[in-house]
Amino acid sequence: MSIDAAIASGVIANGKIEKVSIIVSKGSLEGIYPALIMANGARAEGIEANLFFTFFGLDAIHKARHEHIKLATVGNPGLHMATWAGGLPGVSSVMTHYLANKMEALDIPPIPEFIEMIADTGAGLYGCKASVDLFGLARDDLIDQVKDIITVGEFYDLAAGGQIIFT
Amino acid sequence: MPDMTYAGTQVSVTEEGFFTDPDQWREEMAPQIAREAGIETLTDRHWQVIKFMRHEYAEKGTGPSVRALSKTSGVSIKELYELFPKGPAKLAAKIAGIPKPRGCI
Repeated sequence: MSIDAAIASGVIANGKIEKVSIIVSKGSLEGIYPALIMANGARAEGIEANLFFTFFGLDAIHKARHEHIKLATVGNPGLHMATWAGGLPGVSSVMTHYLANKMEALDIPPIPEFIEMIADTGAGLYGCKASVDLFGLARDDLIDQVKDIITVGEFYDLAAGGQIIFT
Repeated sequence: MPDMTYAGTQVSVTEEGFFTDPDQWREEMAPQIAREAGIETLTDRHWQVIKFMRHEYAEKGTGPSVRALSKTSGVSIKELYELFPKGPAKLAAKIAGIPKPRGCI
């Protein structure tokens, strides 16, 4: 679609993004935060935002698990530490704790508070039905702020006319 | 840099409409800036936030993030978005005549 056609069809209004739908597919700290920052930042700019949690990304909205999201210290070359060191017991917890302190200093909230805050901004939180079924989860396992558990087709309906971001 | 006239006084604003000199701002300009930003009437709750933005800017030299705004102003995030649907930190800063906050959170 050309830019002119996109503007004419309302996908782009005045050259601005009007709506984003963000897919969260990973359950690590570094997998979840970028999506949350993008969603919160969208709402702060007046952009409509929806979050779709799929596969291990579901942990971010899982009542029992969302307080225990860990930084991946194995298979994460960005940490610049030896892979064997990242696998030692407790290393992931220590690194997660270290990062949490740095984030707090920068006014970045912990994941449970951040998710609640994003729901309060009016963004929609949705669980992926296929993943919920796969992991044997129920609505009750997910935090109250989750609006619904939806299919891929319903996600595309929800995302229609906006931008989709996969993380 | 475009100029705007609010409450009969000419002021300098950025392309996006944020004041370049917060000292040019006066309370009686706020309702007109708000209307241009899509907020028809400023309620007491709006004013609580606007005054808080001015106060924070005077203290720290920058407007607060939405999280900080909610934590310290006593207005919940939900209500902030009801008051300023197009983004509380940004809109309240514009109406309060302070520069656009640049935080990511």
